[in-house]
Amino acid sequence: MTKLIIILLSAVFINNYVLTRFLGICPFLGVSKKLDSATGMSLAVIFVMLMATAVTWPIQMYLLTPNNLGYLQTIVFILVIAALVQLVEIVLKRYIPALHKSLGVYLPLITTNCAVLGVTILNIDEGYTFLEAMVNSLGSGLGFFLAMVMFSGVRSVIEGCDIPKSFKGLPITLVAAAITSLSFLGFGGVIENLFA
Amino acid sequence: MNTLQNFSKGIIKENPVLVLVLGTCPTLATSTSVTNAIGMGVAATVVLLCSNIVISALRKVIPDKVRIPCYIVLIAGFVTMVQMLVKAFAPALDQSLGIYLPLIVVNCIILGRAEMFANKNKIFDSAVDALGMGAGFTLALILMAAIREVFGNGSFMGMPIPLLSDNKISIMTMAPGGFFVFGCLIALVNKFSANKPKKKDFGCAGCPSAAACGKLSCEKEAAVSD
Repeated sequence: MTKLIIILLSAVFINNYVLTRFLGICPFLGVSKKLDSATGMSLAVIFVMLMATAVTWPIQMYLLTPNNLGYLQTIVFILVIAALVQLVEIVLKRYIPALHKSLGVYLPLITTNCAVLGVTILNIDEGYTFLEAMVNSLGSGLGFFLAMVMFSGVRSVIEGCDIPKSFKGLPITLVAAAITSLSFLGFGGVIENLFA
Repeated sequence: MNTLQNFSKGIIKENPVLVLVLGTCPTLATSTSVTNAIGMGVAATVVLLCSNIVISALRKVIPDKVRIPCYIVLIAGFVTMVQMLVKAFAPALDQSLGIYLPLIVVNCIILGRAEMFANKNKIFDSAVDALGMGAGFTLALILMAAIREVFGNGSFMGMPIPLLSDNKISIMTMAPGGFFVFGCLIALVNKFSANKPKKKDFGCAGCPSAAACGKLSCEKEAAVSD
């Protein structure tokens, strides 16, 4: 149980996908302008990360590894994720139109999101069990959510500032991301001491 | 457009990293040292070259509706090949690039060039475009890695630099330094290209999800950030 909590907390704070591992930077910079789109995108990412892990972990463990097909990991995972996202979209559209309306637009964007492929591959590389892998995916998704929501707040403050001309737009956003990421460095070592 | 222009546009005018702002994740993550940057740049260039050539060759065969999945399968195939080659011949590089090596699959530069260039142009032009874009990506990575390694680690390609190696600013090699250096470099590019017509901050046209997100975020974001 302690191990699960450590995995969860370190995925959210210490190894935050966006701010320390640099995965999923495109949506982080692209969709973090408004709080509602940031929330929608992050919820979709959490959802797809959990689904993708639930599908790719068994595929790796029961299909690829026993048959010595480990080298097909990249191809199989990206295809499975792409197909899964399409499937989820169709199912949502048919049965839960309300959810589709709020998450639907973000789903196709996620197919080529490196955070999703990243979490599925890392789960295998770290040698997690199925439960640990699911917890890690949840933590990674929550970490993404946290970073997005925090950062959309930072960006709404930047909006009203007087910024040098050449820094307008993306550059100042990146510098702000640097400072936000700096705050996450403060979590380093917290977990080890918490459960020591 | 002649061959030379086609090649050089990837390096300066349409540099994938600093002007089109594609492939930000590998740029930020692997620019901690110059050696890593070169490794990542070369690996991505090889994949880009192969995928551009094959996609250009198959441009009349692949049906328009399922082109994105086809491209992804082709690219994933090449990435797997590169991954196996790196594992076999440069295990140290494989260790330091880690997860970012398989993640070349989702590098927007590669899908972006397939979508923007290779599926409309002849094989030779596509290959030249891939080489130019690959060189632009690699050079931008090396530039960023050089700044981060020299100041953050006091060394260049592993060789210590006298004065700086005693006064490291180690935050530069950590995550915040990556964001900071990248932001400053883009600001510098903006400064020098101030008089030219401004490009969109995000290379939405090259993004495979442009159709899906066009209505929602990209246009709105681009409009606001202009």
